Amino acid sequence: MAVEVRVPSLLRGLVGGVKSIQTSGPTIGLALDDIEARFPGFKERVIDPNGAIKQFVSIFINGEDVRYIQSLDTPLLDGDQVSILPAVAGG
Amino acid sequence: MFRIEGRFMQEMVAHSREKAPNECCGILAGPPGQVAALYRTVNASASPIRYSIDPKEILRIAQEIEGKDWEMTAFYHSHTHSEAYPSATDIRLAFWPDSLYLIVSLADLQQPCVRGFYLRGGQVTEEELETF
Ligand SMILES: [Zn+2]
Repeated sequence: MAVEVRVPSLLRGLVGGVKSIQTSGPTIGLALDDIEARFPGFKERVIDPNGAIKQFVSIFINGEDVRYIQSLDTPLLDGDQVSILPAVAGG
Repeated sequence: MFRIEGRFMQEMVAHSREKAPNECCGILAGPPGQVAALYRTVNASASPIRYSIDPKEILRIAQEIEGKDWEMTAFYHSHTHSEAYPSATDIRLAFWPDSLYLIVSLADLQQPCVRGFYLRGGQVTEEELETF
């Protein structure tokens, strides 16, 4: 099973500079664990110490924000496109 | 040096004036280091002292430009009553190290001012803007 994760510029330094990485499910949470195993330090940039998606990060699967699906338990299917997007915000 | 067409500078100032006293915000995209298009976005915070772009809107624009091999080279927002310099909040919430943060100041309504900054790891680095 192959899933493509689009990596924002903020995190590219952790993954050798590439714009996307291939991973697999069966859930988005386990996909992040897989990425973490290959690129240590990745997960803590996306997930807070309580295991929730960080406040200023959004994770989309095929354009849907996983916060409004099953969060990190959202299942991944072959060919899914995952985007990790930091906030654009300020004052 | 960051080069940007005058029409985009004018558009950012016009957007800022329209939304005042609230802050406005938007995304500039193009080939690496360039601006070929300006996307006005909704300030989801609808506030005179805060701005945030709906993540879904960021994603939509990211997907729209991807096929052209464009990047989100810059973001802009307005300061309606303070200078065109990053606030503490701007610095704390800067998560795009490769994108220039443009700030439009309406503090002097007769002479709006636009300046650009890279915000990386709490550091502010001004980038000179060249309008053409
Ligand atoms: Zn600001």
